[in-house]
Formats: sequence, C-alpha cells, structure tokens
Amino acid sequence: MSVEVRAHAGARAYFGERRSARSIAFGAWYVCEHRLRTMRAYLMTIVMGSVFNPMFYLFSLGLGIGSYIDASSGGLGQGAISYLTFVGPALLASAALNVGFEECAFPVLGGFKWTREFWAMNAAPISARQVASGVLMAAGFRVVFTVAVFFGFLSLFHALPSPSAWMAMPAAMLSGLAFGSVIMAIASRLEEDDGWFAMINRLVIAPMFLFSGTFFPLERLPLGLQWIGWISPLWHATQLGRVAAYGMVEPAWLTACHIGYLVIMLIIGLALSFRTFARRLSK
Amino acid sequence: MSETEDSTIMIRAGGLTKAFGALVAVDGVDFEVRKGEAFGLLGPNGAGKSTIMRMIASVSRRSGGTLSILGMDPDERGPDIRGHLGVVPQQDNLDTELRVRDNLIVYGRYFGLPMKFLRPKAEELLEFAQLTEKAAVKVDSLSGGMKRRLTIARALVNEPDILLLDEPTTGLDPQARHILWDRLFRLKEAGVTLVITTHYMDEAEQLCDRLVVMDKGRIMAAGTPAALIQQYSSREVVELRFGSERNAEVALQLAGTGERIETLPDRILIYTQTGEEDLARIVDGGLRPLTSLVRRSSLEDVFLRLTGRSLVE
Ligand SMILES: Nc1ncnc2c1ncn2[C@@H]1O[C@H](COP(=O)(O)OP(=O)(O)OP(=O)(O)O)[C@@H](O)[C@H]1O
Ligand SMILES: [Mg+2]
Repeated sequence: MSVEVRAHAGARAYFGERRSARSIAFGAWYVCEHRLRTMRAYLMTIVMGSVFNPMFYLFSLGLGIGSYIDASSGGLGQGAISYLTFVGPALLASAALNVGFEECAFPVLGGFKWTREFWAMNAAPISARQVASGVLMAAGFRVVFTVAVFFGFLSLFHALPSPSAWMAMPAAMLSGLAFGSVIMAIASRLEEDDGWFAMINRLVIAPMFLFSGTFFPLERLPLGLQWIGWISPLWHATQLGRVAAYGMVEPAWLTACHIGYLVIMLIIGLALSFRTFARRLSK
Repeated sequence: MSETEDSTIMIRAGGLTKAFGALVAVDGVDFEVRKGEAFGLLGPNGAGKSTIMRMIASVSRRSGGTLSILGMDPDERGPDIRGHLGVVPQQDNLDTELRVRDNLIVYGRYFGLPMKFLRPKAEELLEFAQLTEKAAVKVDSLSGGMKRRLTIARALVNEPDILLLDEPTTGLDPQARHILWDRLFRLKEAGVTLVITTHYMDEAEQLCDRLVVMDKGRIMAAGTPAALIQQYSSREVVELRFGSERNAEVALQLAGTGERIETLPDRILIYTQTGEEDLARIVDGGLRPLTSLVRRSSLEDVFLRLTGRSLVE
C-alpha cells in the first residue's frame, strides 16, 4: 500500500474517545517538552554557564573581596558571618533571575516573531494559556538546574552555615519564575526586539543587581533609594535566602511580605501573559 | 458529531463574517464542504481566503454568521475540532532551530500522541515529503520548497480528517508542485477532506472538485471548475496582442467576432466556440496581431468575467 494510505491508519488507535483530551490535560507540558528539546541544541552553553558563573563570583567575592572585608571588619556586624555567606543568597537569586529573563525573553519573541511556532502549537489543540505556561515551565527547569548547581558551589565554599539553608533554593527559584513571567508578558507584546531587551538588561536588571541589598544591606542605601529594593524581586528573594542560609533575623510579617510579593508578581505576570498570548494568537 | 447534522457535511458556513475594525475581510459567505471532497477557495490577494481558513482552523473567532466544523461550533469546541484538522498555513511556522525529524515529532506530541507511534510515523512522513535524507539537519538549512513540504508533512502527523492548505504550492518548483498534487490526490482517495486556497488556476482546476471564486470578502460564484467555465465563459478563447497602444482601437474593429470581447491593457480576449476559425477570419480581414493564441477557457476567464479584473496582476 502507498505511503499516503498507510499514513491514514494508525493514529486512531492512540487517540481516545476525544482527540483533544490529552492536549487539554497536558498541553502545557507538551510545549515545555518542545522547549526542552530546543534547549538541547545549546545544552553546553547552559551547563557551562551554570557552572562557571558561580565559580567566578565565588572566587572573586569569597576569596577576594570577602577575605578583605572579613579581615578588616570582622564581618558585617550581623553576627560572625563571612561576607560570602552574606552575598551568597543574593548571587543565588540573581542567577535564577537571569535565567528567568533569558528563557522568557527571546524564546517568546521568537515564537511569535521569528519562527511563529506559537501559531503552529495553537493550530493543534493547544490553547494560548498552555503555550505561555509551557514556556514558563521550561524556564522553570533551567532555573531549578541553575539554582541547584549554584547552591552546590555555595556549600562547597562553606557559605551556608544554617541547616535550613536549602530553603534558599525555592526562594530563588520562585523569584526566577516571577521575574520570568513578567518578562514573558512584556516579550509577548513586542512586535520587534528594537533593543528592548538590551534596555531592560541595562536599566532594570543591572540596577536591580546593584541596589537590592546584594552587596550591602538595603538599609545602608539612602532612604530615597530603598524603594528599589522593595520593588525588586531580587531583594525579596535575597532576604528570604538570608533567613534560610544563616538565620538572619527579621520579623515574620516581613518574611511573609517577601513571599507574598514574589507570588503576586508571578500571578500578575502569568495573567498578563495569558491575555496577550490569547489576543495575539486569535487575531 | 451530532445526530442532526448530516454526517457527510464536514464544514458548513452561513453568512460567515469577519471584520478587523472597520475592514470587513469576509463578508457573509455561505458554503458547505462534503466528506472526501477537495474544496477550493480561489481569489486575488486580500480576497479573504486566509481569513476564512483561520476561522475554519478554529483559531480566529468569527465576527458574525454561523460556522460548524464536523458538527461542532469552533467558538465552543475549538480544541476538539483542531484535533481533527491538519493545517498548512500560508506562512511556514516550523521550529527552525530544531531538526527536520524533531519538528514532526514535537508536533505529534501536541496532539498527545506517544513516541511509540510518532517515531515510525515521522519516518513515513519524511518519505512522503521526500526529506528522508534531510531528517537530521536543522530546518534552517532547508530550501523554501523543502520547508513547505515539511510543513505539509507535519500537518498529517495526527492523521487529520480535514486538511487545510493555504497556498500549499507557493515556493515550489513545477516538478515539486506536481508531486504534491499527486500526494494530495492520494490523500483524498484515502478519505481526507481537503480545503485549498490558491491563486493558481491550473492548481484549482486540477485539484478541486468544487470551488468558490472570491473577491473582496464575497463569493462571486461557486461550482465545479467545468461548470463554472461553462457558465461564465465560452469554450475557447482567442488571445491577440497588437501592442499596448493599439489594443483598444483594434478591439472596436473586432466587435461582433465571437460571443464577447474583453480588452485588457496588454491583450484582447475573444470568447468564442470556434477559436481557430475566428482567428483565420481576423487574419484574412487584414489585421496582423503581434502574437495570437487559441486556447481553452480557464478559471482565469471566469474570474475576469466576474470581477472585470485578471486574477494575476
Ligand atoms: N490580523 C489582521 N488584522 C487586520 N487585517 C487583517 C488581518 N488579517 C487579514 N487582514 C485583512 O483582511 C483582508 C483579507 O486578508 P486575507 O489574508 O484573508 O486575504 P487572502 O485572500 O488570503 O490574500 P492572499 O492571497 O494575499 O493571501 C486583507 O485586506 C487583509 O489586510
Ligand atoms: Mg492568504
């Protein structure tokens, strides 16, 4: 029998009563699976980035700046913790944010603009929401990997004195996803890159890194600048990480506030993404 | 499929309308597509063909009228309908970063099909698209025609009941077009319903059992290619060229020849039952066309008759 006729004999056995049933249930996962396959093409860059990034920071900040600060001031006056212990949770969260940005900016712009593959997904029984969720889910995989590797290095450098230090990981991961979801909402609105992402990098991510209590406590900033920390997912994730990593003392309401801020950011980012994805795909 | 709906009707549109703001892209069209037939939408750029396709594909919402695909309303059961469709969009949307084979597999996953089914299926489809040797290269490095073939193969991964082809042969060379026509014929034999848009006359005549001629969002005429030609044109056409300055002037002298005369900027068309004889008479009468041609009437002539414009400008 010809190829064409055989081409029409097999799928029925694998579809249930309703052809779209599995897509409706697992569509977001299929999108994620697709993204992970795409990532395989640049797997080496992902692994190398996740390994070398923490190494460079930890050697420089831990053995370099850290030993200098620790020797001259005996730590930061927050108990006897080393400088590396202080910056560790911030670097961890920052690595998560960067991956969240990377996996939600260009893949989203590309899916709409360059390959237009989001339209292909939507032509199958995959909904706009599932496309957005799947992209974020795939970003989540990378965030988890990056955070885990970074955390491993932090332990190697003895930067995690508290037994509950592992809780810094979910905090960092949450911030990576929350930030990613907002980036996704922005990316899905762009018709062209037009340097938007470079601008976000320079005017949002860089200042966030410098002014979110990363290298020194936020209270040391002039009052007029402290709001940067408050709106920054990095600061909230960092503070959560510090509570976990070395038992930094802070009121419980503030801890709840950090978690709440990140969760709300994630929800808003996703909701906005759902809306733009749906609008754009159904035009 | 619901009981009340005739099971042989795959797609039914009534007063189907789509507006983009003030622009009415599809303006109240009615048509039906039956099981196993190849149905064509023929029309010039901007006629609304792709817009209709996207509404049938259950991704773009209609602004008015009714539309039912496999007895279901796309507004309510979009994903259910899409599970039964294969879609070849006008613009390719392959994942160019993935390899050729992976594009097929990834797409099959969107329908929830397992790898056990998809691995051999991908090989079959690669063979179908004559891309077996390219299975492991990235889509980026394929030619335009190869990408088109891959897009068509991908649309078959879920073994659709209805295959929507929006200008499927754009970018294919003549040989690849003919091969594709052959493949589409065989799919039709296997019971797949085809909906095809095109502005190639020969393609429409070859492939479509029935078609509608569209212009500016409306249906101008509907029927089989033969019936349309019979109804709106004569059996034969004499094409004469006298050079663009003289055409209009000569056309006046020719009045009365054949059944009807169309004067286009670049040529004169005489619709007639007896082409060779009419041409002989014209030449005997002392007119010397730069070029002359007697041919069978085609859908192009139907379109010209209906809209006063030629389809390929
Ligand atoms: N998303 C959209 N937003 C606004 N206008 C649109 C949109 N899609 C199509 N149109 C307009 O609707 C009209 C019909 O477009 P459509 O793409 O359906 O034509 P077509 O028959 O497929 O033409 P072509 O042969 O060029 O592909 C055009 O005037 C087009 O500009
Ligand atoms: Mg079109």
